[in-house]
Amino acid sequence: MLFTSYGFIGFLLAVFVLYYLIPKKMQWPFLLIASYIFYFIADPRYLIFIAITTVTTFYGAKVISDKKVAFDGWFKEHKKEYEKEERKALKAKEHSVEKKIFLACLLFNLGILAVTKYTNFTIANINSLLAAFGRADGISFVDLIIPMGISFYTFQSMGYLIDVYNGKHEAQDNLFKFALFVSFFPQLVQGPISRYHDLSQTLYAEHSFNWKTVSFGLERILWGFFKKLVIADRILVAVQAIIADTDTYNGFYAFAGAMFYALELYADFTGGIDITIGVAETMGIKVTENFIRPYFSKNIKEYWNRWHITMGTWFTDYIFYPISASQFMMKLSKKSRARLGNNLGKRVPVYLSSFIVWFTTGIWHGASWNFIVWGLGNFVVIMISQELEPFYRWFHSKVHVQGTFGWRLFQVVRTVLIMSSLRMFDCYRDVPLTFKMFGSIFSQSSLSQLNAEAFIGMGLTGFDYLVVFIGMLILVTVSLIQRSGCVREKIYGLAAPVRFIIWYGLFMATLVFGAYGIGYSASQFIYNQF
Amino acid sequence: MKKFIAIILSLVIALTGIFLASKLLEPKYMSGILEGAMIQEYYDDPTDHNVVFIGDCELYENISPVYLWENYGINSYIRGSAQQLIWQSYYLAEETVKMEHPDVIVFNVLSMKYNEPQNEAYNRMTLDGMKWSSSKVNSINASMTDEENFIEYVFPILRYHSRWSDLSADDFKYMFHRDKVSFNGYYMRVDVKAAEDVPEGRPLADYQFGDNSYYYLDKLTKLCKDNDVKLVLVKAPTLYPYWYDEWDQQIKDYASANGLDYINFLELQDELGLDWSQDTYDGGLHLNLAGAEKLSDYVGNMLTTEYGIPDRRDESALNEYWDKVIERYNAEIDRQTTNLKLYGTVHGPEEQ
Amino acid sequence: MNELLEILEDLHPEVDFKSATDLVDGGILDSFDIVSLISEINETFDVTIGAAELTPENFNSAEAIYALIKEKLDDED
Repeated sequence: MLFTSYGFIGFLLAVFVLYYLIPKKMQWPFLLIASYIFYFIADPRYLIFIAITTVTTFYGAKVISDKKVAFDGWFKEHKKEYEKEERKALKAKEHSVEKKIFLACLLFNLGILAVTKYTNFTIANINSLLAAFGRADGISFVDLIIPMGISFYTFQSMGYLIDVYNGKHEAQDNLFKFALFVSFFPQLVQGPISRYHDLSQTLYAEHSFNWKTVSFGLERILWGFFKKLVIADRILVAVQAIIADTDTYNGFYAFAGAMFYALELYADFTGGIDITIGVAETMGIKVTENFIRPYFSKNIKEYWNRWHITMGTWFTDYIFYPISASQFMMKLSKKSRARLGNNLGKRVPVYLSSFIVWFTTGIWHGASWNFIVWGLGNFVVIMISQELEPFYRWFHSKVHVQGTFGWRLFQVVRTVLIMSSLRMFDCYRDVPLTFKMFGSIFSQSSLSQLNAEAFIGMGLTGFDYLVVFIGMLILVTVSLIQRSGCVREKIYGLAAPVRFIIWYGLFMATLVFGAYGIGYSASQFIYNQF
Repeated sequence: MKKFIAIILSLVIALTGIFLASKLLEPKYMSGILEGAMIQEYYDDPTDHNVVFIGDCELYENISPVYLWENYGINSYIRGSAQQLIWQSYYLAEETVKMEHPDVIVFNVLSMKYNEPQNEAYNRMTLDGMKWSSSKVNSINASMTDEENFIEYVFPILRYHSRWSDLSADDFKYMFHRDKVSFNGYYMRVDVKAAEDVPEGRPLADYQFGDNSYYYLDKLTKLCKDNDVKLVLVKAPTLYPYWYDEWDQQIKDYASANGLDYINFLELQDELGLDWSQDTYDGGLHLNLAGAEKLSDYVGNMLTTEYGIPDRRDESALNEYWDKVIERYNAEIDRQTTNLKLYGTVHGPEEQ
Repeated sequence: MNELLEILEDLHPEVDFKSATDLVDGGILDSFDIVSLISEINETFDVTIGAAELTPENFNSAEAIYALIKEKLDDED
């Protein structure tokens, strides 16, 4: 079910009304049922996958957690009876049992993810290897279903498992409550990837109807629809035209395409998250924020702290830290320092971990070389900016521009340009074509290339571009206002008629100027398949 | 209390805004494609018709109720629309017998060839104009293509919102009213484009009409029987789309099995006196005014003699109504003839 | 404590680590810094800090980091 389908809006309406009509005790079980219905409508076969992940993770975590509690209790009482070495051995023994269960559960579920998402990618690569050795008869592809949102719910479940294993919190001991955590329908399609200790605080609580919370949620949903329908889905037409016809649209148009895509992806993805968070909010549930005005970042590292935040922190907490804090890395660190000197040596482990993280991030986004190269591109950019830090420090000691508006603007433009260039991998068919198109920006752009007809040829009229432009202005204005606090709170403080005009205006603008219905092909959320 | 009033007021303003926007954005069909405006015209006129024609362009471009009135005193109406599908015809008939009691319903059988929903734009032209009733709801459900949603019929703004970029003066002018575009359902054309070289229809893999088509033909038959309305099946004399003998036989069989009259005007071209070099405006697809009046003469004669449809020219109220239609009818003939002389087309420059 | 402050100042000379209490939440220490930091700590104090302990609470101030190290050192005995 697309967020922007009548079916979804009808589903939401029914869930919302029932949620507040039924006894409060029934609210969370009801949400579980609704989530499973939501998933069932998408494809009944998906249910098997999510159920398997739910059950294995639930029991895996529960056994670990129960063992921990039991051992800790026993250990406290009997600590005195053992010598120090014996205590250590006991702890290690206990730990190794937990570790086995943990790894089995982790690998099993990541295995499902890997098999469903990457089998055909692996086969394709083996085949091209075979072809390189003159073997034309490759392995045939297998027909696998990829359950909707599998990357998101698997990561969310594994985050929970790791946290339990690390003793961050105890396991949930109600299977159905845990099932709701995994399947909560607003975030099933495209995240955010919530943490258990975060989402569980409001997910199972009883919520009574609160006008302010509900209206704030509705406002957030409306804002999401505005971004998605008015801006993203409209400019998408031009993006697709540019990508599809690389002979016509190269040079400057490849650049325009990258810029349009930056706008499209931002409006689509943040709009979708707005809808998710807004839907949860109408039911009194707090889903963590996934974006903080990422295009205003002063460098790429900061950008990744502000774009798709829950994914970034997931990779940091569960991949980057465990790898870089591992025994192996500590040893490597010592060795490389001894060999390469302190300054260079200490970077080796960080960069190696970072490389692995970005490779994984790339492949998580999609089973293709485009995404892998995109991920590694991010790694390279971050590494360069890290290495350039001394240079910038020197630069700022000589030239006093830091903190000025011009410098801030330069940083923001730089961030947007770098990210948009990297994202070209996301657009074009394969890696060589992406490089070719990126190169054409520098080799083939010329003023003579520019003409208005080419833009109209992308399937949008002048009016369409005007709508996108005004939509973008609204987006930027809202972002600027947001820097000093929640925009909805600010509007809430205004006089009632003004409030009415703002929200009704936004509603009518979405209704009339939204690119939906017959004549516009409804596009899937771009992040949907990840 | 104050808060309550504020909420009511906001709701009223909000709904009014949506209503006005819908009215502004929905297509008006006042120039160019007039067919979209025809269905809703029916509701404005007096309803005690003796004959109601229901069907596609083979009726509404080929038969002139004005001629029937002037020459036979028959009070008739054509509930026609472009590519009207048989279930749409059925539900229009269902609605008609709820509103009035005609002696005869004439149905053109060409639409039997469509067993499934066809085209969103044509659906809209037939369905949007209908008043809300169970007939409309059922007709929508029977007609929707895969890309359509029922809610878009309830709130037309969901369908037509993207017209914001091609709004014209017409959209403002006709927000709340429409001009008449037809003459009791008749769509007039006076120009001539001769039919030449009529090719045989391409052989089909299967000539059998679909189950769905028969289902609604059965329903139509039953509806007329139950309501004591005489159902007459016709096939218009126009040359395209091709009417296969295999199709004709099926209708003949159906008519005789159900005790209905079926008249295939293709076989009566000589009696009608049709001249394909003069009586069509688009090479044989549709008749022009001259052709339509020839067919109307035959039909009027038939309705009077064989079905005993009364001459009602002595009723003053009806006379008054028809005088107005005739006046518009003649004005439209003048307008089209003048345009034809001046510009070589019936459309004036303002319609281009 | 002084050794720790030296390590920290080496990472970010411009920050006053004695008083800062939002090193992670305030965005002063990013993930790269934290990883460099634990490898330095490993070098200097010979204690291993696990991934699970890399939380904002443990790294928001020099004092918190020092407490973590001390806890580790005590645990070793």
